[in-house]
Amino acid sequence: MTLLAFDWAFTIEKAILIAIIISISLVVAMYATYAERKIAGFIQDRVGPNRAGPFGILQPLADGIKLFFKEEVTPNPSNKFLFILGPSLAMLTAMMTSAIIPWGGKIELGGRMVDLQVADINIGILYIFGVVSLGVYGMMVGGWASNNKYSLMAALRGASQAISYELAMGLALIALLMLTGSLSLRTITDQQIHNNWWNIVYQPLGFLIFFICSLAECNRAPFDLPEAESELNMGYHQEYSSMKLGFFLFAEYINMFISCTVIATLYLGGYDMPFVDESQLSGITALIVGLLALFGKTFLLIFVFMWIRWTLPRFRYDQLMNLGWKGLIPLALINMVLTGAIVLFMMK
Amino acid sequence: MEALTQRARLVDRRPMNWLERIYLWEIMKGMRITLRHFFKKKVTIQYPEQTRTFSPVFRGLHILNRDEEGRERCTACGLCAVACPAEAITMEAAERLQGEENLYREEKYAAKYEINMLRCIFCGLCEDACPKDAIYLSETFAPANYSRKSFIYAKDDLLIPDPVTQPEEYARAKGLIDKVKNSKS
Repeated sequence: MTLLAFDWAFTIEKAILIAIIISISLVVAMYATYAERKIAGFIQDRVGPNRAGPFGILQPLADGIKLFFKEEVTPNPSNKFLFILGPSLAMLTAMMTSAIIPWGGKIELGGRMVDLQVADINIGILYIFGVVSLGVYGMMVGGWASNNKYSLMAALRGASQAISYELAMGLALIALLMLTGSLSLRTITDQQIHNNWWNIVYQPLGFLIFFICSLAECNRAPFDLPEAESELNMGYHQEYSSMKLGFFLFAEYINMFISCTVIATLYLGGYDMPFVDESQLSGITALIVGLLALFGKTFLLIFVFMWIRWTLPRFRYDQLMNLGWKGLIPLALINMVLTGAIVLFMMK
Repeated sequence: MEALTQRARLVDRRPMNWLERIYLWEIMKGMRITLRHFFKKKVTIQYPEQTRTFSPVFRGLHILNRDEEGRERCTACGLCAVACPAEAITMEAAERLQGEENLYREEKYAAKYEINMLRCIFCGLCEDACPKDAIYLSETFAPANYSRKSFIYAKDDLLIPDPVTQPEEYARAKGLIDKVKNSKS
């Protein structure tokens, strides 16, 4: 299937894979909103949404329909182009991160080796960092283009938070990369499968720092200052309504899903099912077991994200900066130096 | 000074120790509490299907009472309207005619009797004031509605069903109401 010096089967295969992954992340994000409301309800001794469909499972659909039918308001003094670009960027960057996550091993399908990963690029982690940093632009552009002082301040708050916590996140990752010696997520996962030990065993502190920073990057409580509804006058999406607001909120849930997947891949063995030797299983069984393992870990992490949200109150801005700059960055540096020393003196 | 209850606790004002300062352990403690609540029995009452049982002294919607033969007890004396602090009750009296003895207990009766449920504060003073045992507060409350006008309950809405001809409805209105299904449109 080569035409014009172009492997069309490869293109089609990747296109299908992208379509599947994006629809899966959309569905997961959709039901994450439902799960969030259910978990919030359960933790507060309520039952959560239970009217739309059995157990309320049609609630996300109803929410979506409601958002679509809301009036679309573009404030007059806003910058129209940037106002639309904001939520689009947020959504785009949220979707792009999923490209380098290995969802499972390779399987043989119709004589072709199909790789369950859109792109196995050798600088996978750098790509994640690049795209995640881009995600800040969605927030910044949206808040700035609204031409509202509260939106602008919330956007600045969000941007400074994201930048501060990205530093500690990067430092925590460097320690991990010293151990693995690779930036490719596929290689990192394979190493964890063959070593029998997941990276969390070697890097417990790094995992903790990475996890906390992921909370901050996703704007989840207790770091949800950019969208503090009650005490800081909403956030960067104050002027947004209808589906543009929906995109912002939805991007948050996609981000949460993707970052939980990244944590699971980096520290919790990716698609490695514990206590099961994948090499003994046949192709399709191994694939299903792997997918189950990855999604199980991801959903567990999403649950922990939500559990934390409904437990902790929001940080004050100075507390947030204190924790980021005086707490996490020194810790991450110590972790990095220690790991470096151990790798240098004990492993070689 | 002696404490009024046993529930007062002194706040611990000691400076935080190391374990508290790093915050993580305290977060774990908090998360253990929320997880316990996660599996707790929920207190929600699924409202339109289930309703709370009110206490027997609950003061809800008014009922105009009848006697054992199904005759209206109200004589339109107006004491309830006088007693009402919210001025929610209005009535017009009429004289009982020949042949209406099976309808009204006394010679005088209320031709018109209205209670504005938006004004009513459900204090029960009308119940206290009535010399004829004619007005009672039941164990139901006024259902929500769209217009103010619909909250002015006329005599038809307030009058209890006839115990002779409609014993079932009578029993239900008497306070054995377990499900609020009657909605006034």
